[in-house]
Amino acid sequence: MITGEQKPFEEIWNMVKDFKKVLVFGCNTCVAVCHAGGGKEAEILASLLRMRAAQEGAAIEINHAAVERHCEPEFFQPVMDNVRTYDLILSTACGVGVNLLSENIGEIPVFPAINTEFFGAVPRAGEFTELCAGCGNCILHLTGGICPIARCSKSLLNGPCGGTNNGNCEVSPDIKCAWVQIYDRLKQLNRLDQMKEINEAKDWSKAQGPRNFKVKVLEEIKK
Amino acid sequence: MSFREILDSGKFAVTAEIGPPKGTDIKEMYHHIEVLKGKIDVANVTDNQSAVMRISSLAVCKIVLDNGMEPVLQMTCRDRNRIGLQADLLGASVLGIHNVLCLTGDHVNAGDHKQAKSVYDVESVQLLKIVEGMNNGKDMSGNEMKGATNFYAGAVVTPEANPLEPQLVKFEKKVKAGAKFFQTQAIYDMEKFKSFMTYARKFPVKMLAGIVVLKSAGMANFMNKNVPGITVPQDLIEELKAAGKEKALEAGINIAARHIKQLKDEKICDGVHIMAIGMEDKVPMIMERAGLL
Repeated sequence: MITGEQKPFEEIWNMVKDFKKVLVFGCNTCVAVCHAGGGKEAEILASLLRMRAAQEGAAIEINHAAVERHCEPEFFQPVMDNVRTYDLILSTACGVGVNLLSENIGEIPVFPAINTEFFGAVPRAGEFTELCAGCGNCILHLTGGICPIARCSKSLLNGPCGGTNNGNCEVSPDIKCAWVQIYDRLKQLNRLDQMKEINEAKDWSKAQGPRNFKVKVLEEIKK
Repeated sequence: MSFREILDSGKFAVTAEIGPPKGTDIKEMYHHIEVLKGKIDVANVTDNQSAVMRISSLAVCKIVLDNGMEPVLQMTCRDRNRIGLQADLLGASVLGIHNVLCLTGDHVNAGDHKQAKSVYDVESVQLLKIVEGMNNGKDMSGNEMKGATNFYAGAVVTPEANPLEPQLVKFEKKVKAGAKFFQTQAIYDMEKFKSFMTYARKFPVKMLAGIVVLKSAGMANFMNKNVPGITVPQDLIEELKAAGKEKALEAGINIAARHIKQLKDEKICDGVHIMAIGMEDKVPMIMERAGLL
């Protein structure tokens, strides 16, 4: 899932303070799970902004709403008549949602209230961790199911750097060295020979945007 | 004799680091070059060491060369993509720089531009393969180049990495990728290093032991705690303590000289790489006490 964290309140306030009618628009899928941008968070943020506006004596009408997803038009199209009555949409969706809504809304700005971070797992409730970088060319079969692109600070492909430190990364003792984990996992799987093969330089063209694709089967059906 | 010829001849090689400064005032660096010239075999020029921005390694290699010493170009993959790396390799080659040390490079997090975007388009093993390809007249994409390079390529290894096994897998890949010489992370435990060398001798590469002069017991403790892959044994820390604050550096110099002498006399490895870190002035003294001058 896509993860994100709400921007600092001051930054958000500075975005909205010069507008007259603001909709804080939540997205109830990924960013709701990480408690950053679902309907509930949109409601709380709208309320905080109203309080701030009152303190500053700013006459801004601030409301909230939410739909299930901002990344597919069919979810937000039904409410667009209402959405278009505002002069600013403060979206708590991920960056994908902000982009897509902005493309569809017409002459109304859509601003981001959250910083979109990564797509991650939820190992424990309330904890989010990056396990895949979406590089477009998966090598997990070579690395014991542990992605060095996402989980090594240098995205190394051929083993640990000299900064590996008792199984941790030189960048922070809170980060596990991905290559020590890969080594241990391959050893456990009796597949260490895999690590001895030189992995050639990566084709980063697959990882660079803008990226898009079409599902071939659906294309055939359309024809 | 060139660096390659020295190592191939079996002569015990001594290399030392030249750290380019931050800024255009290079008086002190010139002084270090003067002090080391005629003493060490080659000067190894660091590449934005510890991710701290400084004069480029390539420019300083040229200065070293023009001042009568053979340089080793350190090249990290942190700041340049494959196009930049290859362009600089060609540049080095036409400037007469023919030794290259291929490194992945410290993370920007360690340096003074922590918000920089790290590159790591390729890494040390892949860079060694790039160098090998260019020596055979081809760029990384397989395009024929007009004129090949003639690099003597090296890499680094940490004999006391913890855990060691994954590090050795990578070491063997570096050998396979074309590394001809290796420099190690600083080593202090001769017995442990000997057992590493028993393993490393199985490979057709030259090994230079990393020497970092201990300035004090405090420095030794700091490195033990904070520098991955460095372990200063307790008896050396005691030796530094016993020397007292004022004589600690003197004791550190003696330890370095003693280690170098042992490495040479017992033919444990093929040479040493002295990382003076600001004490380049002391390198000739260390070499003298090690019986090398």
